[in-house]
Parts: sequence; structure tokens; C-alpha cells
Amino acid sequence: MLIEIGHYALILALGLSLIGMLVSLRSCGGGEAPSSFFLQEQRGCLLGSWGGVAIAFALLTFSYVLSDFSVITIVENSHSSKPLLYKITGVWGNHEGALLLWVFILASFSLLIAFFSSLPASLERAILGLQAAGISAFLLLILLTANPFLRRFPPALEGRDLNPLLQDWGLALHPPLLYLGTVGFSVPFFCAVAALLTRSPAPVWARFLQLWSLVAWSFLTIGIMLGSYWAYYELGWGGWWFWDPVENVSLLPWLSGTALLHAALVTQKRGTLVPWTLFLAVITFSLVLMGLFLVRSGVLTSVHTFAVSPARGVSLLILFSIFVGGALGLFLWRCPVFQGQGSFSGMSREGGILFNTLFLTSVCATVLIGTLYPLFLETFTGIKISVGAPFFNLTLGWITAPLLLLLPFGPLLSWKKSGLRSAFHQLKYAGSLTLLVFGLISWVWGIRSFFLGAGLFLALWCIFGALFPLLLRLKKSEKSITRANYGSACAHGGVGVMLFGILATSLTQSETLLTLYPGEKASLGEYTLTYLPPRVFEGPNFQEVRFPFEVLRKTTVLGQVIASKRFYTSRASTTTEVGLFTRGVAQLYLSPGNFYPDQRLALHIQNKPFVLLIWGGGLMMALGGILVLSDRWRWKDKGERPSVLSPLTRLVNTKERQEAL
Amino acid sequence: MRTVLQQCLLAFLIFSLCFLFSVSLYAFAPEERSPNPLIEERAQAIFKNVRCVVCQGQSIADSEAAMAQDLRGLIRKELEAGLSPAEVMEGLVARYGEFILMKPRFAPHTWGLWLAPPLILLLGGSGVLFFLRRKQS
Repeated sequence: MLIEIGHYALILALGLSLIGMLVSLRSCGGGEAPSSFFLQEQRGCLLGSWGGVAIAFALLTFSYVLSDFSVITIVENSHSSKPLLYKITGVWGNHEGALLLWVFILASFSLLIAFFSSLPASLERAILGLQAAGISAFLLLILLTANPFLRRFPPALEGRDLNPLLQDWGLALHPPLLYLGTVGFSVPFFCAVAALLTRSPAPVWARFLQLWSLVAWSFLTIGIMLGSYWAYYELGWGGWWFWDPVENVSLLPWLSGTALLHAALVTQKRGTLVPWTLFLAVITFSLVLMGLFLVRSGVLTSVHTFAVSPARGVSLLILFSIFVGGALGLFLWRCPVFQGQGSFSGMSREGGILFNTLFLTSVCATVLIGTLYPLFLETFTGIKISVGAPFFNLTLGWITAPLLLLLPFGPLLSWKKSGLRSAFHQLKYAGSLTLLVFGLISWVWGIRSFFLGAGLFLALWCIFGALFPLLLRLKKSEKSITRANYGSACAHGGVGVMLFGILATSLTQSETLLTLYPGEKASLGEYTLTYLPPRVFEGPNFQEVRFPFEVLRKTTVLGQVIASKRFYTSRASTTTEVGLFTRGVAQLYLSPGNFYPDQRLALHIQNKPFVLLIWGGGLMMALGGILVLSDRWRWKDKGERPSVLSPLTRLVNTKERQEAL
Repeated sequence: MRTVLQQCLLAFLIFSLCFLFSVSLYAFAPEERSPNPLIEERAQAIFKNVRCVVCQGQSIADSEAAMAQDLRGLIRKELEAGLSPAEVMEGLVARYGEFILMKPRFAPHTWGLWLAPPLILLLGGSGVLFFLRRKQS
């Protein structure tokens, strides 16, 4: 019954969003409509369709919790013995549920805009209409090709369980955060398309677009970092980025989104670079949709899985083509309308940001080509090649080096026209300290590789270059320092911290592979690990052998760390849970290998002294974004704020409206 | 009495789980490294550029799959037999195809891949410079 109600709510949501779309067409077509004409109705429709999707999502989740094995997706992705948390997160651990979550977030964002934006009515109407169109398209896709509410008969006795690798808190949180980011970029996208459609001048929407790209970007940063940390500890070999196509497609919108939020800042503050901002807004969400198509259609794993079940892939491809083709076509057609005014010299904040976006889009294009090239090559010539880390490290290294070198200068340049003298003056301490620390580090660590050395230098340069100008301003006790200044310094410093983490870890990490009997000791660097007797542990849906180790540094006992191997009965599969011993930003990484009947254990121990800085830097970037947002964000600053219920009452009182007209 | 029973049970469980784990994909055992440090260093450099064909986008330097272990052993053996790193790579490509290289070769079919990034940067850069000159005048 619950499932049918959910199914019905989803269809209802589709109907309401279709109405919302049509209403906006009607109101856009009728020339200069009065300012609030039909806007309330559109808001009502969006509220209704959000409600429908929310009910559907809630009921599906509830059915997962109840383990209703008469529903196909629940049978395939759940199990009655699974812990409650993973029953809930299992909802989005599969294609159908992931799409439903996607639409739910899309609808939630449109709801926020419908009730809290301070855009002029004509633009808001167009944005809401486009969002209704987006929601309708995805709901149609779900109902036709990926319906999570389909029943089976007879009901199954037990489910097939979720892939044990996904039964983990990191992967439980990763998709929602990632979707908040990727779907968040739909707001700038629809805003750009609406601006192109209505020919709205930049000052009207630039601030809105900039803030929303910052919101999406912050979430996406956290989402990617979480995914990367999950890969690090769950896949069991200590790598944190694989240049795997699935990862790359999440990185693409992040790169173009970073370019977008900088370009949009120029558009907001100076009213220039307007076409470039619009283009980046269109491209960023296009990359999101492309990623959705690539990941969800199965093209990436192999071209052949795509051919096996084409319905899913083809419908996603059609959706992708309509949205992206339409938006790009519109951009090319209307772009001449948006000739930015205002001149600026190359040596200015605008010029700096322009170069920054150039490098970021080049990085983005390189990752895109590296991801898609093997796919196309195989399709057209049959030659299979791999494009792995060595390719990306080499090409991206060369492209990002100038970007990082110039990064500290950017925020110090003034708008329009600027000399370098003041920037140099503010950076002289940062520069000298960078040289000093770099010299010290390369002497201590004995760096021989040019690439590692250059990278390390740039990392330190970014950290100090973000820190020192701020300190100088603080010392002068300037009153004009805003939270946005702290935010940008935090984000820019985060880039350096992350790069430092990456390089320092690869320079200083050490590892050892050995087999131990209980009671035996293994030493790695300054640490000594004692293998204590293994214990068996009975988990809710798995059996586990735990391998406890006592960690000694020199002669002091630091504590215990447990690595384990799990056997999930429902899928008859085993997973390895690495043991992580954290000390400051350093981690000991223990992955257990073969476990023999005489309790001998093969063990891979890695000492990674700076590894946590990698994600720390990423979080600093996201925190920077949030700080800037906290400074600039305003909830609706227009006088009247519509009550949440007013559109509904208006919708009901159609007669009244007709009379009023 | 109870503790003895518990211990028996524990031993049995550990014993039975051992068999499950010893066949798992993640299984690994310390392997023999080459006694010659020069050869080991060369071997490690090669591992980073050889794809583990059964894993998702990992090189055999990082993978613990049985296939990666075998390949590591093979590469060490070939290097010890006196083959140069280039010859070892040649042999791998002949056996497994170009798919095994993590860093694709620079050849006519990969020109697009290798030349696109610098071209994009160059074109974009000249576009930006052109735009700036127009902006200034």
C-alpha cells in the first residue's frame, strides 16, 4: 500500500511539475505580463511537486526500513539483517533510488528559489519554469525507465543485500553531498538559460548566480573529498585518487564550477565577462548531466554493457542532448546581446581571474579528453588503451604550475587596473618564508625529482601567499577585512595544504610487507607494532576476524589499532577493513592480507606522515566557500515574503483569480 | 569449562574463516623482492605504468590481485634475466595489448590525446590575450 501511495505521489509530482512548466510557457508567451502574474501558481506547482517527490522518497525509505521484499529494488539492494543505517542509505545505493534522490534535491533547490529569491518576477518565472521542466524530465525518466516502486510477484523471502563495500558511513553520506553539489549547479545553469531567454541584464542575476555556484561548489568539494577518503580506507591499498572515469566525471564540474564562481564574481562586481560566465554556467551543469549519463548508462565500465540494456542509456542521452544542446544553441544565438561593458587591463583582478578561468577550463578539458578519448578510440578503431595516473600527472602538472604560481597574486590585484608593486610588497615575506622552508625541507628530505620539488615549492607558496597578506592586513588592524576575505584566503590556502599533503605523503611514506604470528612485532620507521591474538566478532550481518595491534613509538605505547576481515553471509563475499592509527595528520595504514589457519597473518603496513592534509586542504576549500557565503548570503531582502501556504490557497481559488482578471 | 568451549569455538570459527579469506581477491602475501636494489628500483618504476587488467584503473604497483602479483614476479624475473625495462614493456604490450600501459604511447592514434591539452591552452591563451587587447583599446 505504502509503495502504491509513493508511486502515485511520484506521478502526481510529475503532473504538477508539468503544469508548472506549462504555466510558465503561458506567462512567458504573453508579452509583458504583470510582475506577479502566474508566479504564485508556479510556486504552488513547485511546492506540490516537491511534496510529491518528498512523499515518494520518504515512503520508499520507509519500505526499505520495513524490508518490504515485494518491491524489486528493495529485493535487489537490501537485506533484513542489514543495520538500520545501511537500510536507509541503501535507498540511494542503486540506479533507481539515486535518480529519485537526484530529483528530490533538484526539487528542493527549486523550492528554495521559489520562496527565498529576490529576483525580478520575469526572470524568476523563467527559472522556475525551466526547473519545472527539469523536474518533469527526470520524473519521466524515473517513471519510464527506472521506477523504484515496481512490485514483484511472488514476494521474495529475503533480499540480495547491498554490496558490502557500500555498507559504510563514508559511502552513506557521499552520494547526498555529491548530489547537493552537482544538482546545485542546475541553479546557475537554469539562471543562465533564463537570463539568455529573457535577455535580462547581468546586474539583475549575477549575484544570484555567483552565490548559488558557491553553494553548489562547497557541497561538491565536500562530496568529492568524502568519496576520496572512502576510497582510501575502504579499497585497502592506500590510494586516494585513481583517475578512474567515475571519479573524473565528478571532478569535471568541480573544475569548471571553480572557474564559474570566479568568473561570476567579475560579472557581479564589474558587469563584465558576461558571456564567459553564462558559458561556464551552461557548461558546468552540462558536465554534470554528461557525468550522469556516463555513470548511469554503464558506458564507462564497458561499451558493451551499454548495448545490452540500451533503454536506460538512450533515454539519458536524449535528456542530455535536449538540455545541453538547447542551452548551448541558445547561448550561441543570444550571446551577442550580452556584450559586457567596462574596460580593464590584463594586470587587474579581472585579468587575473580571466587567466585563472583559462587554466581551470584547460585542466577541465584535459581531464575530459583523458576520460573520453579511450572510449571513442575503442568505439571507432577498436584499439583499447588506458589513460591512467601517469598521463594526468604529467599533463595537469604542466598546466596547473603557472596557475598555482600566480594564485597568491590574484586576490591582491585591484579591479580595473593594478600595478604589481603593491602585490609584490604584500607577498615579500611570504616569498622569503617559502624559499626558506622549501630549502630546509628539500635538504632534510633530500628531494631529487624536479617535479616533486617544484610541486612542493608551489604548495608552500600557496599556503604562505594566502596567509601573509591577511596577517599584514590584520597587523595594520584594518577594519575592512570581511568574512569573505578570510574565506578566500582559507580556500586558496587549502589548495596549497592539499598539494603539500599529496607531495609530502608521496615523499615521506614508507611501507613494509610481512607475515606475523600472534605476539610478533613489526617495525616501520619509528613505530613498532605488536600483533595481539586475533578475535572473532559477530556483526549484525557479517562475521569478522579482528586483528588488534599495539602501537609503540620508540618506547611509549600509543594505543591499539584494529584491522579486520569481514565475511558477509548474504552475498558470500569478504571485505578487508583496514586499521587506521591517526596521530596528528599522520596515519598508520594497516591492511591485512592472507590469514592462515595457524593464525599467521600477512600484513601490509604503510606509514603516511602527512596524509590527512590532503582532505584537510579540501575541507579548507569548502570551509572557505562557506565563509564567503556566510558573508554575502541574504535571505530574501524584498519587502513582502510570501507565506508558504499562499500559493496553495491561490491555486485553489482559481475562480477568484479569474474574476480579478 | 566455559572458557575451553569458547576457545574451541573461536578456534573453529577462525579456522573456517581462514579458508574463506585465503581465496579472497584482496589476499596477498609478502613476495620476494629482487636482491639487487637497482633491479628492484627499475621493477617498481615499471609497476607504476602497468595496469592491473582485472582491477578498476589500478596499476600493478598498487593492486593485490593475484594477476598483479604474477605480473610483478614475471617483470622481476625478466629484469633479472638481463632484459632492459623497454624490452620488458615491449613484451608486456605484445602479450596484453596497449591496454596494459597506464601512460599511453605517443603514436598517431593518440596524437589527439597528447596534443589536445597544450593546444587548448595555447588557443585559449591567445584568445584571452586578443580579448584583453580589445578590452584595453
